Amino acid sequence: MKIRAQIGMVLNLDKCIGCHTCSVTCKNVWTSRDGVEYAWFNNVETKPGIGYPKDWENQDKWQGGWVRKPNGKLEPRQGGRLKILANVFANPNLPAIDEYYEPFTYDYEHLQNAPEMITPPTARPVSVLTGKKMDKIEWGPNWEDDLGGEFSKRSKDALFEGIQKEMYSAFENTFMMYLPRLCEHCLNPACVASCPSGSIYKREDDGIVLIDQDKCRGWRMCVSGCPYKKIYYNWTTGKAEKCIFCYPRIEAGQPTVCSETCVGRIRYLGVLLYDADKIEAAASVEDPKSLYEAQLGVFLDPNAPEVIAEAKKQGIPDAWLTAAQNSPVYKMAMEWKVAFPLHPEYRTLPMVWYIPPLSPIQSALENGLVGENGIIPDVKDLRIPIQYLANLLTAGKEEPVVKALETMVAMRRYMRKKSVEKVVDESTLKGTHLKAAQVEEMYQVMAIANYEDRFVIPSSHKEMVENTFEDKASCGFTFGNGCSGGVSEPSLFGKKKASPIVFHDMRRDRKANAGG
Amino acid sequence: MDYLHQFVFGIYPYIALAIFLLGSLMRFEREQYSWKSESSQLLHRGSLRLGNILFHLGIIGLFFGHLVGLLTPVAVWDALGVSHSFKQGFAMTMGGIMGTLCLIGLLLLLSRRLGNDRLAANTTWRDKLVLLWILATLVLGLSTIFVSAQHMDGHEMVLLMTWAQHVVTFRGDAAQFIVDASPVFKAHLFMGMSLFVIFPFTRLVHVWSGFGAVTYLGRSWQLVRPRR
Repeated sequence: MKIRAQIGMVLNLDKCIGCHTCSVTCKNVWTSRDGVEYAWFNNVETKPGIGYPKDWENQDKWQGGWVRKPNGKLEPRQGGRLKILANVFANPNLPAIDEYYEPFTYDYEHLQNAPEMITPPTARPVSVLTGKKMDKIEWGPNWEDDLGGEFSKRSKDALFEGIQKEMYSAFENTFMMYLPRLCEHCLNPACVASCPSGSIYKREDDGIVLIDQDKCRGWRMCVSGCPYKKIYYNWTTGKAEKCIFCYPRIEAGQPTVCSETCVGRIRYLGVLLYDADKIEAAASVEDPKSLYEAQLGVFLDPNAPEVIAEAKKQGIPDAWLTAAQNSPVYKMAMEWKVAFPLHPEYRTLPMVWYIPPLSPIQSALENGLVGENGIIPDVKDLRIPIQYLANLLTAGKEEPVVKALETMVAMRRYMRKKSVEKVVDESTLKGTHLKAAQVEEMYQVMAIANYEDRFVIPSSHKEMVENTFEDKASCGFTFGNGCSGGVSEPSLFGKKKASPIVFHDMRRDRKANAGG
Repeated sequence: MDYLHQFVFGIYPYIALAIFLLGSLMRFEREQYSWKSESSQLLHRGSLRLGNILFHLGIIGLFFGHLVGLLTPVAVWDALGVSHSFKQGFAMTMGGIMGTLCLIGLLLLLSRRLGNDRLAANTTWRDKLVLLWILATLVLGLSTIFVSAQHMDGHEMVLLMTWAQHVVTFRGDAAQFIVDASPVFKAHLFMGMSLFVIFPFTRLVHVWSGFGAVTYLGRSWQLVRPRR
């Protein structure tokens, strides 16, 4: 047993209001730079929709994730090592930038400089790639926001697999949900496996998957290898970049920027202990529908004495064990089983999990529109088809999703009676596996969602692995090249390419501020 | 043998090699963030797949052809019973095929790079220098086929081999062997050696990494970096 710890994330889609605050704060902090204008480490998509980049869930098209070969071994869907290496010259599965969108700004100056004219002046979009005016903006990270666009296009959504989707084009039957997406920091990352230069790695102490910017050679096999399309090629630096799970904040015990700023308080961060020796077997089970359960089997019970003893022996700090015992992520994923991995069928064992949205069901229930069949209405009565959620979260297996929704309905029913009618009625939990104490705890964590209940993050123990005295006066976090300080001066070996427009002024400012 | 000839073919090879090796080492050590293939595939695909595969197939073939053809001692070929004229013919044929593949690829890449708005806006003078330099070297190299066809006895080829082998074995007398070589050969040699000079200062450094990436074939799928 090789015990490792990871900071996992849960997003409660039941409460996501699709405000994009996570995306914007993330962009402001991490990707407001040349070459990654088009990249959103975090973006929020409206489902049903084909998303960003276009059709990212269609792995027949993009060849992301893993496949299980007839002999039971896993291999990246885009090919074995030799094929990956042979494709470095021109990656056949690499999305072009137009699949994300052509980055643009607006010709704002024209609003002030335009001569007197009959019609008011407009600010036309200007391409960041060429500096030229664009006729039309074609796509973006939230292009289908709140069901924008026509159904015929949105319904190409891969999650409609196995669903008679035509009926959902009717206004009365329409449904939607938000899906905030970021890097999954997988246990079995396909990007790491696809990197010919070995620059992508998983950190042993907190499980964050990072790209070594110095070692990245720009072969771009990770971009196509990742089934979530959450690795972006910076077209000015020639290096791949991805969500870094705000590791400088996580190391200090602070939540990621997207979690911290989430106004709906839907994000949770907590420690999960897992057995690294079980990863390969769990990712290789034959039936994709068993992958969700297989991944649960990798996690370890932080309260089990033998796990605690072994973890201590293997050097996991006490603070991390305590955090694992109080982890909201462990509770929601393992104890209450209300959170699920995103697309387990990709066999990446993702570590950003989702609670399926409930609200449309509950309102239908209260309006008396659906007959009660036990505690949960018939699957056919739900506004969001269960199959649709199952295609997203459990490789199409409906039972776990039904159970989770049932648990959440029961919690609402119990708490509603308690707070509205002032009656503690345990009979409302009849027919479920729930106990009153657990419902109270679920309510505290999932509904009230206090800051300290959402984020249980132990700070990293750097003193155990480095001599801080030697690090004094050294540089902090940089984008490669040691202490470059963010300003890349031209050298013998060239200077960083820059996009023709947009961030020039910012660069000048930074240089001036740096006293250069 | 005049001074210029002695300098270009006796001394310059060492200057070029020194810049190539030390420059690469320095860049790897000091500016590794700038070390990359500089792919432009994301911005525009165009004829990249066909062009780039042809180009790389050709140039890798040419590289190893030159390496083996120039540096294998004549005695080895003699012992194997390979006649000089046969070797020359073989070199011309293979060089011709590989060179043509490379040339087609390179022209496709050049037209793609210069003919697209996005790429034109994001191409540095160094990128252009590399492509044009290789183009010139390649065209000169292909032109030597016609020079060689004038005399199929393998004599000039052996002189060129002797030159290369004397250079890499530090004999100091290398330049004298090619005094009478055709100017086309001399120009090709100069351009080829100079390619090594510009190598560390351009995206060409990714060639090292391309060969390095072969270790990927034996690597485990997953990489976990332990705490320091």
